[in-house]
Amino acid sequence: MSNPGQTTEPQGLSAGGSFSRRQGWIILGLIAGALLAWMVFGIWPAWLNAILISKKAFVSAILNGLTLSGLYFLVASGFTLVFGLMRNVNLAHGSLYLLGAYVGYEVSTRTGYWLLGLAAGFIVLAALGALMQVLVFRKLEGDDLRQTLVTIGISIVAADLMLATWGGTTYQFQLPEWLEGAVSLPIITAIKSNGTTVYLNYPLYRMLVLVAAIVIGIGLWLILNRTRVGMMIRAGVDDRAMLSASGVNVHMVFTVVFALGAGLAGFAGVVGGSVLSVAPGEDVRYLLASLVVVIVGGMGSISGAAIGALLIGLAEQIGLVYFPTYGVVLTFVIMVITLSIRPQGIMGKA
Amino acid sequence: MANQFADPSATPPPNLIERIGAPHILLIIALLLYPVVASDFFLTQIGGYGLILGMIGLSMMMLAGYGGMISLAQITVAGIAAYTVAIFGSNNTGVLGFGWPWWIVVPVAVLFASIASALIGWISVKTSGIYTIMITLAIATATYYFAQQNYAIFNGHSGFSGIKAPAFWGVDWRSPLPFYYLCLGVSVVAYLAVLYGRRTTFGLTLQATRDNPRRMRAIGYDVVLHKVFAWLLAGVIAGFAGVLLVWFNGRISPGTIGVGAAINVLIIAVIGGIRHPIGPFIGSILVILMQTFAIDLVGAERFNTLIGLVFLLIVFVSPDGLLGLWRRFKPRMTQESLLSGD
Repeated sequence: MSNPGQTTEPQGLSAGGSFSRRQGWIILGLIAGALLAWMVFGIWPAWLNAILISKKAFVSAILNGLTLSGLYFLVASGFTLVFGLMRNVNLAHGSLYLLGAYVGYEVSTRTGYWLLGLAAGFIVLAALGALMQVLVFRKLEGDDLRQTLVTIGISIVAADLMLATWGGTTYQFQLPEWLEGAVSLPIITAIKSNGTTVYLNYPLYRMLVLVAAIVIGIGLWLILNRTRVGMMIRAGVDDRAMLSASGVNVHMVFTVVFALGAGLAGFAGVVGGSVLSVAPGEDVRYLLASLVVVIVGGMGSISGAAIGALLIGLAEQIGLVYFPTYGVVLTFVIMVITLSIRPQGIMGKA
Repeated sequence: MANQFADPSATPPPNLIERIGAPHILLIIALLLYPVVASDFFLTQIGGYGLILGMIGLSMMMLAGYGGMISLAQITVAGIAAYTVAIFGSNNTGVLGFGWPWWIVVPVAVLFASIASALIGWISVKTSGIYTIMITLAIATATYYFAQQNYAIFNGHSGFSGIKAPAFWGVDWRSPLPFYYLCLGVSVVAYLAVLYGRRTTFGLTLQATRDNPRRMRAIGYDVVLHKVFAWLLAGVIAGFAGVLLVWFNGRISPGTIGVGAAINVLIIAVIGGIRHPIGPFIGSILVILMQTFAIDLVGAERFNTLIGLVFLLIVFVSPDGLLGLWRRFKPRMTQESLLSGD
């Protein structure tokens, strides 16, 4: 699996001239893509079923992995955005996620509208994030280490206060009716002996999580690359001092970015809490996920967060199905390999 | 008795007594006499446990203060030593437990811990500053989840219990007084080793790589190797602390090496101060006292809020922890004594 692209290099498809490295990778990607497409849409022969348990298990693992990737992307994109601009490793990011979930839960159960809970999760956390930036992090600007230590302190206090308020019980969101149920996907899992084909059913809500993550990812990309604020943010990532010198109110940009990052964490909290559940300890889980995603993808890069989330989410779910005990280790191995080959992460700047 | 476990490089020079200075001598006399006034509870739960946590903090402080690498994985390293003791020694869980004698188990545990520490170091020295925090936190968390899910080696969620400190030379090291002196002996050796080590060529080189890695690389020093070796030494200290920790608790489970525990070590080191090896010990005593008596102040439930707020306060007021405060208020005294070496 390592690099068949290079072995087919000279003789293969093109008669004149050899492949560049890049073309090799593209062909490798196409082959892998075609193989995956066949594995998802084709009908499996018996031997493949024997190796990979069943087609249903495999495709479900991939779909669950994609859903989880979407969720991880939502959490990690805020984390990486804040890090990229302010060099602030916000170790309270997991707490923001969990608080968003609790706020969303409270609002949606009291009003009865799930969407209202989602909006509240984003808005309340964004306001809180702006407040944190103005009251706390602005005071410690330029001192990365102390900022990080402060976020640790905040996460401890926040976890304890949330435990005091909401207790140790697990909360379950009540999804609105239009989000419940399953959709039948055009993926054949098996053909029964009487000739009827069985299609894969997958929860509608999980599909929507993935769609939401993609939409938000595109939205973030548009904000960063097509708006004036985005231009300032990108300039700030590259050279904070120069941005400030050219007359931009850097503090304002910082506050906007921190609010956006915290808001995304809160949004992800409601979305993730609805897929899984809301309970103490989730903050640590999502903090770890964001850390690994951002380390693998490259710190400060949105596209890196997307790639990292995809890798980690898929690895976690596939690991869960095929080697249940060592699923965590798989993500860890990915992290170590990335660090040893590219210490700055896949999309990170050196 | 503890000397034979110690890092060989820790052998103190002959004129140590003069170099130690009056505060240290007073401190050691106070610590030696502490059992006279303390009850069994204060002896083990606060004295012994404080020294153990202080040693784990010391191994972190050593990396942070002299190497500029803030590691959140030192509790993981200590946990590996603790698990080794449970697996190679005897436990009453009925899983593994080879029943080796303590004088083989302890060196093996420390060896495993230092190797693990060097490996963690080797992974994380590719990065620097706050990146190290992220990576070591990720490693610590991954190890925790792995220990929780692995039943073949770590016995999963429940871990191992029934691990006893050995009895030898006619002393039952599990009873409070000997255990306190055991912890004290090991801590003092580790503390002196760090004090001595920072003045050695290696210690100075490490501090130079912390201050300017590029220049050190240009001069021809192998920066990565120096840092990994520092991790190895820190692993020795954390390993001994881990052995004592498992003897103290009598059990080891993933909860002991969880994220909370990892952050606890960081809090201890930061509250105490990471500029001088005495810092982590001060921090650990303070945190344990808070842990024990917070029940009377804020109720048992909200202890973490209290400790988090104290931590935040210290980070805001004094970046160098309590030692930094001390230095600010008593400039002349401290310059001549504890803090002179920085």
